[in-house]
Amino acid sequence: MQTPEEFEVSRRGVLVGGAASVATATLVPAGPAMAAPTPVPPPTAKVAFSVNGQAHELELDTRVSLLDALREHLHLTGTKKGCDHGQCGACTVIADGRRINSCLTLAVMHEGEKITTIEGLGTPDRMHAMQDAFVVHDGYQCGYCTPGQICSAVAVLGEIAAGVPSHVTADLTAKPKVTPAELRERMSGNICRCGAYSNIIDAIVDVAGAKT
Amino acid sequence: MKFDTPATTNPIDQLKVVGKPTNRIDGPLKTTGTAPYAYERHDVAANQAYGYVVGSAIAKGRIASMNLEDAEAAPGVLAIVTAANAGKLGKGDFNTAKLLGGPAVDHYHQAIALVVAESFEQARAAAALVRVEYARGKGNFDLAKSLDGAIKPPPSFGTEADSAVGNFAGAFAGAPVQVDARYFTPDHAHAMMEPHASIAAWEGDKLTLWTSNQMIAWSVGDMAKTLGIPKENVRLDSPYVGGGFGGKLFIRADAVLAALGARAAKRPVKVALPRAFMFNNTPHRPATIQRIRLGATAEGKITAIGHESWSGDLPGGGPETAVGQTRLLYAGENRMTAMRLAVLDLPEGNAMRAPGEAPGLMALEIAVDELAEKLGMDPVALRILNDTQVDPEKPERRFSQRQLNECLQIGADKFGWAKRSAKPAQTRDGRWLVGMGVAAAFRNNINGPSAARVRLDKSGVVTVETDMTDIGTGTYTIIAQTAAEMMGLPLDKVVVKLGDSAFPVSAGSGGQWGANSSTAGVYAACVKLREAVAQKLGMNPSDAAFADGKVRSGGRSAALGEAAADGELVAEDRMEYGDLEKTYQQSTFGAHYAEVGVDAMTGEIRVRRMLAVCAAGRILNPKAARSQVIGAMTMGAGAALMEELAVDKRFGFFVNHDLAGYEVPVHADIPHQEVIFLDETDPTTSPMKAKGVGELGICGVAAAVANAVYNATGVRVRNYPITLDKLLGELPDIA
Repeated sequence: MQTPEEFEVSRRGVLVGGAASVATATLVPAGPAMAAPTPVPPPTAKVAFSVNGQAHELELDTRVSLLDALREHLHLTGTKKGCDHGQCGACTVIADGRRINSCLTLAVMHEGEKITTIEGLGTPDRMHAMQDAFVVHDGYQCGYCTPGQICSAVAVLGEIAAGVPSHVTADLTAKPKVTPAELRERMSGNICRCGAYSNIIDAIVDVAGAKT
Repeated sequence: MKFDTPATTNPIDQLKVVGKPTNRIDGPLKTTGTAPYAYERHDVAANQAYGYVVGSAIAKGRIASMNLEDAEAAPGVLAIVTAANAGKLGKGDFNTAKLLGGPAVDHYHQAIALVVAESFEQARAAAALVRVEYARGKGNFDLAKSLDGAIKPPPSFGTEADSAVGNFAGAFAGAPVQVDARYFTPDHAHAMMEPHASIAAWEGDKLTLWTSNQMIAWSVGDMAKTLGIPKENVRLDSPYVGGGFGGKLFIRADAVLAALGARAAKRPVKVALPRAFMFNNTPHRPATIQRIRLGATAEGKITAIGHESWSGDLPGGGPETAVGQTRLLYAGENRMTAMRLAVLDLPEGNAMRAPGEAPGLMALEIAVDELAEKLGMDPVALRILNDTQVDPEKPERRFSQRQLNECLQIGADKFGWAKRSAKPAQTRDGRWLVGMGVAAAFRNNINGPSAARVRLDKSGVVTVETDMTDIGTGTYTIIAQTAAEMMGLPLDKVVVKLGDSAFPVSAGSGGQWGANSSTAGVYAACVKLREAVAQKLGMNPSDAAFADGKVRSGGRSAALGEAAADGELVAEDRMEYGDLEKTYQQSTFGAHYAEVGVDAMTGEIRVRRMLAVCAAGRILNPKAARSQVIGAMTMGAGAALMEELAVDKRFGFFVNHDLAGYEVPVHADIPHQEVIFLDETDPTTSPMKAKGVGELGICGVAAAVANAVYNATGVRVRNYPITLDKLLGELPDIA
């Protein structure tokens, strides 16, 4: 059996191996020596935006994502962190009318914007039509991707109404329609590992039908 | 209460609340972002600091040295925890590898340090300054090359690794029709949406953990054992769990490191595992190599059935029990199964949704499809012909309920199976080659002892407390339905509190035992509360009727709340089980049907239709149960077509360790799904007469899709996932 100790590690091997830089066959060094960092406080910046109609002014470490500004600084924890890399959609919010992955953008980039999160769509006592439809159609299970799905769904219906085409829109000159295929395509940035997709599409179709 | 004789008529049979497709009572919280998950509990402890985990960059070996100077000097850093300064740590009963590694490293991305800082950004930046030198050791990472050294593992959960009935070798050799094939299932990741996360706070020597966990009592015990403190000093609270699928059955590094970090920093600490860290740090479903041999008469009677499975795990780990269903699913006089376990130095293998059956049926149900083709028989008819109503290894044990044939027949009818061409690659729809596939679903029923406490207040509201968890399964709702039915209340007069280790110990969420077991525990507690209510009201407990918020007995009637007029009434009980599960074989059954389209030019596979028919005892809430099944069908479609942890066999880790590389189904992959539940009650399982569906739903799905791909193309792929590269080059000539 071949084990890492038995073959010579080539440069290419190191690159494709990826996990650890191997300079000798057995000893993995700690990486290049670096000057000790000076313990200065991280740079901060002021940012002002509104969330769900409420104005906020924050002084933030400039590395804070919009997602962490919402969750950790404003304690609006309805927006979820599933991957922190724009791969799952759980952090979807609506910024100036467009849905975005709030983990992929820094908070300080949103000066003056109007941000809507799941908390801004409705509350348990006064639910948005989309939230209500998700309950009726059981469009969730564990509930962790749900706020992102709902924010995406609300924005998707807006995108279709605005005539924005998608990958599955057959005729780019005609107004796109609310079809299951259009919805599945447009919702595919929001992963649900519990697998509630079939019910989520039913919920969105229900809301779209009530609107038209 | 002990359940040791089959249930007769009881208040649940009224089905005024139980059995109704009620909306989930936690729905308004989940859809408005107000259900609190572990990492979000800003309210529970002031002054929370942030922990960020450092993982090992080698799979096996030792940490030669660790330089923390730069990290310690970084802005905001409060403490750094490593094995060198954490004090003596134990290992939990349910963990195979230590949750804090060092100096020995057992697997890639094993946690080796936690950096605690004032902010998340500071902790993350400082974690990158921890400098580690490793002495890499030899590791074994290749299952296929480890088969010769694989050993027969000891019995797990009372199940022997091997079984033999009759003369398998002779019967197989003499069978006129044979299948003998090898199947490969890859390592799978749970990839639940909520990362493992915990907030830890100490008050003196008492620890509270707000965490995301399926099995509260197990995990209290393992936290105590790991930290070397009494169980009484550990409290866990896990009211909402953002998906588990088996990946949160046990405590993980987030929990232990949050506790150690909080002790070191002397303030509450919160830790979430970064997504790209989860795939190698936490357990996964182990890959299997399976050999299946089926021998049959020319008429299709199976005479020999043999199933062998090889899997790997870290030292001290266990096998993937992929042959379990083969001991019970089909008739046949001559039988053998065997499991072998190789030592691999990959991350820990462990339970994922339907452990054993999920990968086992991925193989077995392709083999049955292959046998049907060799026989020239319809695969539905072949399965029906080989049905058994008794345990084939122990014929004196009958199945308590077994409606597999009904599932297959009803499914065939509803799905339009008659339109399927028996010969593959015959159906075209434009550029698509279209095919249908079927597979049987099988998953054993397990009952676990489960306790609950119920409180009645003077307004007539009943509050249920149990450490049971809701991992998306609908537990809140079915427990509320159970209490409402028992106490004669509408659903909105019941409050359910879950997931707190201060509550009575439940069965927990796993092995699809949660629904039946936890509601049976609530049933037992409610029986006691009914007695207490009747006594308090001066009524005869044996004839008191509970309905419409009132109690009636001997011509008298009182509002339920009156019994608590001068103080809350509290009752607690635990459901325990006799040996009915030994007298009867309790299992759940189903049939999965799938239709796929395969692009004739590119080999792209699209699932076009899916249907599941399930027979799984009483369905407590058809809406939530249906969701369990469609979700499992979705995960099964992923297993069929895309899910695979790719192993770097030189350096020993899973390469595709995030949600971009480890592909799971998205909206565009999944069509509208249909689920049918057969009307069934199983009085041998509990007074609820229920079983589970959450794992049944995934059992057989991948094989149904695989068989549909074969029917569409004539290309038989036995190596999951079925990606288009495995079809290209063998697709039918369609020019």
